[in-house]
Order: sequence, then structure tokens, then C-alpha cells
Amino acid sequence: MKTKSALLVGVGGQGAILTAKILVNGLMKMGYDVKMSEVHGMSQRGGSVSTQVHWGEKVYSPVIGKGAADIMIAFEKMEAVRYAEFLKPDGIAVINDYSIPSSTVAAGLCEYPEGCLEAMESNFKCHTLNAADIAMELGNPKCMNVVLFGAMTAALDFGTIDWEEIIRDTVPEKFLELNLKAYEAGRAAVLNK
Amino acid sequence: MKYLMSGNEAIARGAYEAGVKVCSAYPGTPSTEIFENLPLYKDSLYCEWAPNEKVATEVAYGASIGGVRSLCAMKHVGLNVAADPVFTAAYNGVTGGFVIVTADDPSMHSSQNEQDNRYYAKAAKLCLIEPSDSQECVDFMKYAYDISENFDIPVLFRTTTRVSHSKSLVELGERVEKEVPEYKRNVRKNVSTPANAYANHKKVEDHMEALEVYSNSCPLNKMELNGTKVGVITASIAYEYAKDAFPEDTSFLKLGLTWPLPIDLIKEFASKVEKLYVIEELEPFMETEIKAAGIDCIGKELTGKMYELNPQLLKERIFGEKPVTVKPAVEPVSRPPALCPGCPHRGFFYTVAKHKNYVVTGDIGCYTLGAAPPLSAVDSCVCMGGGFSVGMGLSKALEISGQKGKKFLGVVGDSTFFHSGMTGAAEIIYNKGSMVPVVLDNSITGMTGHQDNPGSGFTLQGEIAEAIKIEDVLKSMGYKNIFIADPWDLKAMEKAITDALDSTEPSAVISRRPCLLIKRIKHDTGLCEVDRDKCIGCKKCISVGCPALMMKDGKSSIDPTQCVGCTVCAQVCPVKAISRKEC
Repeated sequence: MKTKSALLVGVGGQGAILTAKILVNGLMKMGYDVKMSEVHGMSQRGGSVSTQVHWGEKVYSPVIGKGAADIMIAFEKMEAVRYAEFLKPDGIAVINDYSIPSSTVAAGLCEYPEGCLEAMESNFKCHTLNAADIAMELGNPKCMNVVLFGAMTAALDFGTIDWEEIIRDTVPEKFLELNLKAYEAGRAAVLNK
Repeated sequence: MKYLMSGNEAIARGAYEAGVKVCSAYPGTPSTEIFENLPLYKDSLYCEWAPNEKVATEVAYGASIGGVRSLCAMKHVGLNVAADPVFTAAYNGVTGGFVIVTADDPSMHSSQNEQDNRYYAKAAKLCLIEPSDSQECVDFMKYAYDISENFDIPVLFRTTTRVSHSKSLVELGERVEKEVPEYKRNVRKNVSTPANAYANHKKVEDHMEALEVYSNSCPLNKMELNGTKVGVITASIAYEYAKDAFPEDTSFLKLGLTWPLPIDLIKEFASKVEKLYVIEELEPFMETEIKAAGIDCIGKELTGKMYELNPQLLKERIFGEKPVTVKPAVEPVSRPPALCPGCPHRGFFYTVAKHKNYVVTGDIGCYTLGAAPPLSAVDSCVCMGGGFSVGMGLSKALEISGQKGKKFLGVVGDSTFFHSGMTGAAEIIYNKGSMVPVVLDNSITGMTGHQDNPGSGFTLQGEIAEAIKIEDVLKSMGYKNIFIADPWDLKAMEKAITDALDSTEPSAVISRRPCLLIKRIKHDTGLCEVDRDKCIGCKKCISVGCPALMMKDGKSSIDPTQCVGCTVCAQVCPVKAISRKEC
């Protein structure tokens, strides 16, 4: 098979790395070669962040350039637009209908752009969901990342991976029940549309 | 069983498996996690955070003289700090294997420049080893120690951000303990007097010659012959990019030992292919040598020498294959990093930003973000420790050219103070500087992700340590008045700064409050709220630059999920519309 790539984008502190970790653990269990790339340091302080996961029989590069991602999971909608050029034209985007104003917006230096979701939807196959609201309904806004993960597994065919088992193996015991619910809710949000 | 490891985790693992016993480093992105992972192996080895990279290198070199395998690690610019011992250690050679890790940062994800540290190997006469994934990080570390001991030479082990921070699958091995010889003084080898250095220079040139012969046959350098049309010579992460970018019938010469370059092997490879490319990130380090050896090749004229490469960029630059992309019609606004809500640095920078005649020479750390709008309160930032000494030169320049009315503050953090700020503080006292040194003491090394330092009271191995008091150091240097203020208290901060600037005696300021992200401290947090009836929409609070604050429908609004109740915004509100509630 050809190598596949997932691009997880958002704002520092949104939990993209845990999402990537669950994904990677599942892909490893399937026997794929896997590579993952993160950026640490200065950009984590409220900046724009991206994490990449690549899998296949043999993976070389841990990073991709423009027009090369099969799927994008955007934790924040303006970040979806920022990284859209990295998605293949026939790629799939799972987008959290959620906005975090950047420090430049908060300081009144510029306006948060209108129409991010519509701009993505008119160009790519998109699945949008309000993962923040779903997570709040489940009782903990922090499980937003696993809601998005659930949505991603419903949006892209990963073959026969038992994701519930992978979540069991990856997240700490005390958050397990919450995260399993979050996973189901994310899947349902995509499948029931 | 394979494990998913970052390059940095794998380097720590490789050091452990190689039987390394003494390790010292100063944190710096993208190298930091190497040493954050070493305490996993603390039953077998000693590891520490040193005050700076030069000290770390000297500690590791000293351990090598003591006959054990040793490791130091730093980010690329850290090697500039450590260069002094490195150059002479190469002349002296090693007793126990000695490996220096440099983690370069192409594209400057978290750095002030993108210098290519491979040139240090050539300039200092070191063996250069470059892994391209995590498995190689483990395996090449073990080769590095054998090579260091066999050729009596320090090894420079170079990664880039994408090698250090990418995760890939690794098979682990067992630790092999090395026998440590009984220590004996060896003046001839280890004391670099001019006469000994004269002889040692010849020795290191001989060792480099022998190493070049070895590099032609060493298992770190290997050919992958797939066709005769196109050949690629590459190393490090560029190998992974090139494997994706070039067609399957391309032959590769994949180099792991890149200095001294295996010129005979390169000649042999070049003779097997019709067209030869050299694919490397940043400078034409290999290409220049290969061309100098009379071998025709294509490289930098196509790949460029700035910023990171990736497979799609290579395809575009080499084969003219532009990626097919879709650009949505909406333009995203920039999302630069910012000081966190409640960050203690904010109170200091807000205070100095109000005074347009203040010149503030800054330094490397989270507090570099004091330069970002709306605070925009920093005049310069160049290197670790420069906050004090650059300010000294700048103040002398304005004084000598008769530019009056400016007041000078030099800023360093607590970790930076111990790193190289102390020498700047001595400079100001010794040469009667008119500037005031300020230490932003948040009790941790913040930007790199919370490492302990000589002022934090803990060691890397988790033991309680003497916490050196910054005020005691300054006092002993001759600073008569040291004004210490809590930056969450803007009045106290203002008074400390103006008192220090107005004093006729040498004075210093310490802005002191622990970083809120330190988990072992119980922080005094709460939540601020805006009374929308009182708010007049003057945006004064917005000028503190807090990510938790924004304007909503013409009035100020606080995001309760981000606010920690520092009250800096409340203190600047002219109508007392913001108050803190305890929670």
C-alpha cells in the first residue's frame, strides 16, 4: 500500500498529541510501520501547532509538504484553513466547529475571519462537529480531543482496528469511561449526519 | 517487540545501552528530551542539568579523562557556548568514549538562527555522526562510543528537529557495561600546554586520516544500488525525504558518518551512476567537499540552503512537480505564541512598556515574548546571557554619542542568570554601568518545558539541592540595593524598577513569582470577571496582552477556561470593572 498521512492541527494545549498517540497505537497494532512528528518549544505557548502521523508498509519521511495529507483533523476551525494547502484535493477534513481567538485577535490587532467552515466545505469533503459542546455534555471539556478522534475513525476507513481496545490501552484508568463515551459520541456525530 | 520512540528518547536509550556512566547537559529545544529521559536509567548512570553547555561539556570531558563513557547534549547554539572545551578536547583526545550531541533546528521552530553545526566537526576535528531516524539514534550511539575510543576522538552526534522530535519504531538492546581502567595522571595527553598542544595537533591530524580510511568501509555508510541512471548522496533526515521524493530506481549512498567524509566510497558510488545529486538540508557541507574532490554533482542550486526540506519540496525543486493544492478563500490571521494567562513576566513587561524612554535589552526564554505586541517592550534579544551585556554596550553607545533621557534595563531569567547572566552582572558592576540588571525569576527553566536549574532546589535525578539565591549572588558582586517585587502587584513592580533606576548606588531588580505551570507548587489562582455594567470599553485591560481577555460587543470579556486570576488586568482598569473571585 501507499503511505497514508494524517495531519492534526490546532492550538497549543488542545490535546492533539494524545489523539495522535491513540491513532499511532492502533496503527502499530495493525502491524503498520508508523512515524509521527511533533513540534515542541516556543510555538506551544498558545501558538499554532501541527502533529503528523504517517503509516504504511514502510514509512520514510516523518513530515509531509503541501498537498500530501489524506486526512486532516482540525481542533480549531481557523487552523483548518491555515493548513488546508497540506491536504490532498480529494482529502477528508474533520473539523471542530470551535474557535479560539489568537492573541492578535484578542489584542484587537485584527479580526477573527468569518466563514472558515464554509470555505473548507466548499473545497474538501468535510465532517464538521462541535466537539466542544459534545465534550461539555459528557461532563468534561478536556475530552474534546477524543470526540474528534472518534469522528476521524468514522470519517476514514482504517480497516479492522478495535479502537475501543486501543483507547483502553492508552488512556489512564480514571478517564477511561469518559473517553470511551467521547469516542462513541464523536463517531455518532459523523455517522448520523 | 518494537517501541515508538522519539529520536531524543532513542538517543538516551542508545547512551544507556552503550554503557554510558556520566551525562551532563543544559536544556534547549530540540535537544531537551534526551536528558529528560536519562533519569529512567539512573540506577546505571549519573545524569545532571549543568548551568550551561560549556560546563556540561567540561563535565562530560572530565568523565572521559576518568575513563568512563560520557555524554553531553545541547541545541545548536549551545555548541557555540561549549566551543572552547570542544576544540581542545579534540586535540587531547579521550580516555572513555566522549559524545557531544548537537540538535540543530532548520526552519527555527524554536531558535534564533539556523546555523549548520556540521561545520564544527570540520573546524574542531571531530568525528561527525548523523542518524536519520530513531532506530539509528540507538544504534549509532553505540557505534559513536566505539569510534570515539578506537580513534581517540570526541564524536559530534548531530540531529535536527525532525530527527529529535519525530517518533518511529525502535528495537531495543541490552546495556553493555564497559570496564573502567584505574585512573592515572597523564600530563602529556590531558594538559594542553603549548608544547603538548603542538604534539597533540599532529596526533589529531593522524587520527582524522585514519578515521577517513575507516569511514570508507564503516557500516554507518552504505550504498543502496537500485539503478545506474540517478544516484543520491544523502544523510540525516534528508535521506528520508529523498527516499520519498526520488523514483524507485534511484541508487543511494546513505551516509551516517559524515566527517571525515568517505571520499573513496563517494568516488566509487559516483562512478556507478550517470547523474549524481547531493541532498542535504541547510548548507552545502557535503556538496562542497564532493565538488572539491573533482566529482560532478547537483545540489544546492536546486534544493536551496535555507529552511527545512520535505518530500514535496524536493519533488518540486528537483523534478519541477508542483504539488496540487487547494487554497480556501478565507485568509487565516497569524497565531503567534504568547505569554500564558497569569504569566509572571506580563506584570514586568506591562510596567516597563508604559515608559517610552526605557531601553530594555532582552534574552532567550519565555520572556522573549515580551517583545510581542501589544507589550512590545524589548529592544534586543541575541543569545543566552546577552540581556545584561548587550545593554551595557547599548547604554555606553548612547551615552558617548550624547543621546540623553534614556534609561536602561537588562533582562534575563533565573536559569539564564546562572547560565551566563552572572558574568554580565559582573561586567555592569566592574565597569560602572548605568543600567539596571533585572532577573525575571520564575523558579524554573520555562520555555524548554520546566527543567530544574541551580536556583530551583532540585536536581535532574529528583534530589533536593542547594537553591542558590540570586540576590545573594548579586549582593556579593557589589549590588547595594536589590529590589524584589511580585510582578502580579503592578504598584510594587513599578516602585522596584523606578527605585532601582533612580538609585545612585549599583542596584538590581528581581521580579519574582513561580511559573504557574510548575506542578509541585500550590499556586494562588482564582478567576477574574468583568462587570459589564461598569466596563467603559476603553481596552486598557487588552493592552496587558493576556490571551484570556478579548473585546466582545464593545466591552471587555474574560474567558473563564483560561483566566487564572492574576488580577493584572483588574489593576489597570480605570473604572474597577474587573474583580477577582476566589475559587
